[in-house]
Amino acid sequence: MLDVSKIRSQFPILSRKVNGQNLVYFDNGATTQKPQIVIDAESKYYANQNSNVHRGVHFLSGLATDKFEESRNTIQNFIGAKHKHEIIFTKGTTDSINLVASGFKTFLNKGDEIIISEQEHHSNIVPWQICCEQSGSNLKVIPILDNGEMDMDFFYNLLSENTKLVAVSHISNALGTINNVEKIIEKSHSVGAKVLIDGAQAASHISLNMQKLDADFYCFSAHKMFGPTGVGILYGKEDILNALPPYQSGGEMIKEVSFSGTTYADLPHKFEAGTPNISGVVAFKSAIDFISNLEVNKIAKYEEELLQYATSELLKIEGVRIYGTSKKKSAIISFNLEGLHPYDIGMIVDKMGIAIRTGHHCAQPIMERFNIPGTVRISLAVYNTKEEIDLCINAIKKAKIMLS
Amino acid sequence: MHTIKEIQKEIIEDFAMFEDWIQKYEYLIDLGKELAPIDQKYKISENLIKGCQSRVWLHAEYAEGKIIYTADSDAIMTKGIVAILINVLSGQNPSEIATAKLDFINEIGLKEQLSPTRANGLVSMIKQMKLYAIAFSKQQ
Repeated sequence: MLDVSKIRSQFPILSRKVNGQNLVYFDNGATTQKPQIVIDAESKYYANQNSNVHRGVHFLSGLATDKFEESRNTIQNFIGAKHKHEIIFTKGTTDSINLVASGFKTFLNKGDEIIISEQEHHSNIVPWQICCEQSGSNLKVIPILDNGEMDMDFFYNLLSENTKLVAVSHISNALGTINNVEKIIEKSHSVGAKVLIDGAQAASHISLNMQKLDADFYCFSAHKMFGPTGVGILYGKEDILNALPPYQSGGEMIKEVSFSGTTYADLPHKFEAGTPNISGVVAFKSAIDFISNLEVNKIAKYEEELLQYATSELLKIEGVRIYGTSKKKSAIISFNLEGLHPYDIGMIVDKMGIAIRTGHHCAQPIMERFNIPGTVRISLAVYNTKEEIDLCINAIKKAKIMLS
Repeated sequence: MHTIKEIQKEIIEDFAMFEDWIQKYEYLIDLGKELAPIDQKYKISENLIKGCQSRVWLHAEYAEGKIIYTADSDAIMTKGIVAILINVLSGQNPSEIATAKLDFINEIGLKEQLSPTRANGLVSMIKQMKLYAIAFSKQQ
C-alpha cells in the first residue's frame, strides 16, 4: 500500500491555497506537480554542478556530463531499452514526434501511407499531415468506437504493403483509453511498417519495457511524470535511428565539419544539436527515481482505485455523460453535464480551488466525433485522494445548481 | 440614453453590492439567460468569434447614427459578460464606441475573464465591436 499522505508531503505546491481554498489538482494529464527532490535537483545543479556537457576537459564540465549521462542510464533502465544511445533527449513529446516525422519523410514515396487514429493529440496529427504533404504520401485514420477504443478491424483493413508507419497514442489524453499497442505493433510489423507510440500519458502510469513492447519509436515528456518542463524523450531502435537523417544541426551533433562536407556524430548526439536543457535532464533523473521508489505497478493500482471511485461518484450526478468508457482506462475522466457548457463548469469549480481542464484537450477530431464543443476532464495522479474527489464532486454539483 | 461612462459607473455600483464570487457569478448567469436573442440568421460562421473554449456570435447594425449589437455565446458565463458589453456599447454612436475606455472590466473583477489567455472569445469580441464602430464611423 502506498502512503499517500507521505507522498503528498513531498509536493510543496499541494499545500497552497487557490481562491482561498485548498488546492485540488486534477489536471495531471496536462502536467503533474513536482516533488521536492526534483526541485532540489534543479537548484543543486545550478548551485554546484553547472557547466556545458560533452565539451570541456575541466572538472565541472566533466561533472555536468556525468550527471547528464547518468539520467540517460536511468531512463534506459526505466523503459527497458537495449542500448543507452537509443535514448534521445528532446524538448518534449511534441518535439520527439516532430524529429521522427521530419526524418521519416525522406524514407517515403508517393503512394506510401501513414496510419494514425482519430483519438490522437494534435501533436500526433499535424506532424504527420506535414510529413505526408511533403512526401506525397497519404494519411489514413483509424476511427474510434463509441466507447473510445480504436476500431481494430478497421485498422487491420487499413494495413497494407503501402503502410510505412503507424503512429498512435498509448493512452488517449482526452478519453483515457489504454490502447492495445502490443497488437498494433505486432500487426504493423507483419506488413513491414514501423510504429511510433505517443506515450505522453502512459510513461508514469504503465510499466514500460521497450524490448518486450518492440515499438520502433516511443515518445514521452518529463513534465507529465513529476519532472521538469522542456525535457522529453525519444526512444528509437538503434538501426532506425542510425538510418534517420539529423533533425536540427549545429554543435554537438557533428563528427567533423569542413566546407567540403560534414560528418555526423554517432547516436545519441546526432539528434542532440546545441546545448540541451541540462538542469532539466539532470532533475528528470530524480523524478524517475521518485516513480521507481513508489513502483509503477503500485501507482497504477492506486490510480485505478481512484478512477473507479471518481467514475462511480460522478455517475451519481444526474445528466453526466462520460466520454471514453473502455474497460482498459487510465485515470482520466472526460465528461459533460447535459445542457451545460464545460467552460461554465470549469469557471465555477475553479473558484472552489478545483483545477480541472475544460475544452477540446488539443484533440479536436475526437470532439467532432462526439459532436461536442469540449469536455470537462479530470486527470488523476498518485498524490490525489478520495477526499479530493469528494470535494470535486461537490463543486461540480454546486456548479450544476448554479447553472441550471 | 446614458453615455458609455455613465453605464459603466452603474455596472460598477451593481457589482459593488456582491459579497462573494457566488453572487457575482449568479448575476452573470442571470444576465446571460436574459440577453436578448440574436436573430438566427446572424448566427452564422461569418459572425463567429472563435475562442478556444467558448464561442461568441456578434452582429452589428447601424441606423440613425447608432450601432445596435446583438450577440450570443454557447457558454452561459461568457454570455453574461457578452450581455454586459452589449449593455455598455450598444445604442451608442460609432466614434464613442471606437474610443471608449472600458475601465469597468478591472473594477468589477472580470479582468481575468477578459485576458487573452482565457481564450473565451471575449477579447476578440471587444476588438470586433470596435472594428464595427470604426467602419461605421466612416459612413457618418
